[in-house]
Amino acid sequence: MYIYPVLFGIFTGVLSRILMLRTDYRQYPTYLHGKIIHIALGFIASSLGAISVPALIKQEYTAITFLTIAASQFREVRNMERNTLSQLDQFELVPRGSTYIEGIAVAFESRNYLVILTSMATTLVFVWLGLLGGIITAIGTILLSRVLMAGGKIKDIVDIEYVEPRFEKEGLYVDNIYIMNIGLPKRQKEVLEYGMGFILKPKNFNARSTIANLGQRQAILHDVSTALGIYRDSGTPALVPLAKRDLDDGRVAIFILPQEKNIEKAIEIIGNTPTLENAIRMPTKRKKVEGGNES
Amino acid sequence: MTVEKAILAVLTTNPKKAPTGVALFHCDNQEEMETIGAKLEAILDGIAHSLTEEIMIIVKH
Repeated sequence: MYIYPVLFGIFTGVLSRILMLRTDYRQYPTYLHGKIIHIALGFIASSLGAISVPALIKQEYTAITFLTIAASQFREVRNMERNTLSQLDQFELVPRGSTYIEGIAVAFESRNYLVILTSMATTLVFVWLGLLGGIITAIGTILLSRVLMAGGKIKDIVDIEYVEPRFEKEGLYVDNIYIMNIGLPKRQKEVLEYGMGFILKPKNFNARSTIANLGQRQAILHDVSTALGIYRDSGTPALVPLAKRDLDDGRVAIFILPQEKNIEKAIEIIGNTPTLENAIRMPTKRKKVEGGNES
Repeated sequence: MTVEKAILAVLTTNPKKAPTGVALFHCDNQEEMETIGAKLEAILDGIAHSLTEEIMIIVKH
């Protein structure tokens, strides 16, 4: 008698997994095989979620232990993603960095839990109120998953401004921030020809700590280099995109060497880089210790 | 073998100021220093940094 609610729950779960699986400019997962793995795991997750509802209604409480198996299964997903991406990262011209990889791996794991939630809620309401209730819950939970999965963007926490990079003797500067020392005049010419500089000005004190994180800065460089291309090859270590920080006011200078020199597009891409969960710092949320200094 | 954060070679037009203990290239003039520097940069996969007008180092990062 529970066959339709369960089937509907599984269907909704898989649908929500497919909707969360986007191939965008970050180029991951690009391949059919990668997609099949994640849809298959999404199917397993939604089946577990859907089946647990009739099991609980029938007072088979041991069914809940299924969910613990699911949890360990999805931790494995996280490891799989981490290992794959770390391996591939060695051969990227501009690596993603461990912080970004960890963020992606966590996202993949948590998406499976959202799938369980979706199918469980849908099946429950279907059993309780019928098909119409099931459909409404399905739409509701899918929308909720989208909201939960959409993290913050860099443009929410910083103002981005284009600044032409310049040389002071052999030192490369973006605005007043020192980037690196380039000795050969030929390289300096290339850098000025292809290089672009951007200043990220934090909007508040929390943002200052977040963009100071090296992983966050590497993520920005990777995203921009993926989207706009990169003027670089192995054996030209001087042509490297870098992000350096102004120690006085926490501004970060981004220096990139894109194939396509388009200021507006670059600003848009930098702005759309996700703020990595592992990089977010909130020093102002610190509870004031009794008798401590006010700050 | 990979060497990280090390001076791989030094190029100079003024041997008196160059350090000892590393591969040292005596160059006659600035121009020669830049030509050799460009080649070494590609071969050693390091970056040519200039310290003063007379001394250039190749560093692996």
